[in-house]
Amino acid sequence: MLHIMLALVAAFAALFAASAAPAFSLNEIAPGVYAHEGKTSLMTRENLGDIANLGAIVGDDAVAVIDTGGSVIEGRAFLAALRETTQKPIRYVINTHAHPDHTFGNGAFVETGGIFVGHKNLPRALAARGPHYLSAFRAQMGDALDGVTIVAPTVTVEGTMTLDLGHREIVLQAWRTAHSECDLTILDPKSGVLFSGDLLFLQHVPVVDGSLLGFLDVADRLAAIKATQVVAGHGPLPAPWPKALDDQRAYLMRLTADLRAAIKKGESVAAAAKTAGAEQREKWRLFDDYNARNATAGFAELEWEAP
Amino acid sequence: MNKTALCAAGALFALFATRALAQTAPDPWPGLVVDIFQNRPISAADGAITLDAPARAEDAAIVPMTLRFPDPSQIKVATLVIDQNPMPMAAAFTLGDKSGVGFIETRVRVNSYSNVHAVAEMGDGKLRADAKFVKASGGCSAPAVKDQDEAVANIGKMKYREFKSADPMTREAQIMIRHPNASGMQMDPVSRAYLPAHFIDSVEVFQGDAPIFKMEGGISLSEDPTFRFTYAPNGAKTIRVEAHDSKGGVYKGEWPISEAS
Repeated sequence: MLHIMLALVAAFAALFAASAAPAFSLNEIAPGVYAHEGKTSLMTRENLGDIANLGAIVGDDAVAVIDTGGSVIEGRAFLAALRETTQKPIRYVINTHAHPDHTFGNGAFVETGGIFVGHKNLPRALAARGPHYLSAFRAQMGDALDGVTIVAPTVTVEGTMTLDLGHREIVLQAWRTAHSECDLTILDPKSGVLFSGDLLFLQHVPVVDGSLLGFLDVADRLAAIKATQVVAGHGPLPAPWPKALDDQRAYLMRLTADLRAAIKKGESVAAAAKTAGAEQREKWRLFDDYNARNATAGFAELEWEAP
Repeated sequence: MNKTALCAAGALFALFATRALAQTAPDPWPGLVVDIFQNRPISAADGAITLDAPARAEDAAIVPMTLRFPDPSQIKVATLVIDQNPMPMAAAFTLGDKSGVGFIETRVRVNSYSNVHAVAEMGDGKLRADAKFVKASGGCSAPAVKDQDEAVANIGKMKYREFKSADPMTREAQIMIRHPNASGMQMDPVSRAYLPAHFIDSVEVFQGDAPIFKMEGGISLSEDPTFRFTYAPNGAKTIRVEAHDSKGGVYKGEWPISEAS
């Protein structure tokens, strides 16, 4: 009798897990390189936080996971999809930066034993922002946030770091403050695929949560990376490299020019936030969700330039 | 503290955050009236003070707020309160005698959906208030310092700006102070200790030796606190600023006032 009950419990648990798991697409974009395209949307209860692009690189011996999604539910679905393609151990779980759509799935990967890796500033950014993210996104995502914990990296990157997955060495590079203060890129020289994290947005309006001028500078320096295609933090994948940088550069340049003009004219930050960058409105999705925010932060930054 | 314990602490925080939101958040304003205004009666603004606030905080760390004083001679102190913030009293501006301050624009952090109050203490000691509701920002916006290394490296740098004023009887200027204005409520990931708060707690602005305003504030002000304002010129040749922070830091600046109005 006990056995039957246990079997029933197990069956229900499996059923529940299956029904809770979202449909999760994971595409092999190059031999041994996998990527998932998130929806271009804000994080909601309905999309389970699945708005960012995620990836995995498989070497002869081991796997590196790149970002974990916007909820533990999504992280588990990602892990399950990955397990259908490879049984090799997950040696590294890399976070490209601190934002919730890239890190809230971390909890799903703790039990894999993978080592969490991030920018040297990532632990600090998670400490400063994690508690706010957990309470702010509870309102937005409800029970889809259940189980989410802030998991900080134990290995951090300053400058560059090479990780060996078995006849496959991937190169991690930490950048100055740009999209955020803890942006990390991952290059797989074998396939020529670059995972840019949110240092590149496609179709989804770029988000500036670090430094507008830093973002422009880093995006220009990214172009020198020898890759052939890129998995952006948001938007279609893979995209041709470095051509994929063009639209984002145009947006950041326009926003910067408009803000400088507004500051020179003596406009207030509130007024400038309504108009700066507006010319780019039709070119991007989620423009109204993020442009005024970028303009506000950019204004406060550019105001410190010469009179 | 080891990593497991840190994760557990995070989980515990999440649990508290959930509980706090699960209940209907009680209105903190009556309690704030006791704490900040000694429970004195507060009447409607009735035009004595107005608050300009955005309907939504676009960037949680930088939300512009403007206090307007149609008749500044009637106002002694203007206090800006972000009701739902961890430290709701953002700034209290004591206006200088005959300073003629028509408005003060500053920037604050807004952690969640919140009423914002602008309370004027009138010349007769009575309190009047205007209020606006501000929706929280969405996405990955957080009321945090953007670049902590840079914020600390540039601490105390100041900038002064002047603006063309339509009215020759008033001048418009802006004072900017580099400072992380950090809440200190986060844990240092290396030492596992809570970081001490480090914020600007007072800023005095003078034309010559005459005070234009004195600001007393806390961590709800944005990093790099900034104040844009109008004032009635008294013929002084310089604008002078003295700011103090919670760790005893003193930051001073002085700039010539340009002749052109």
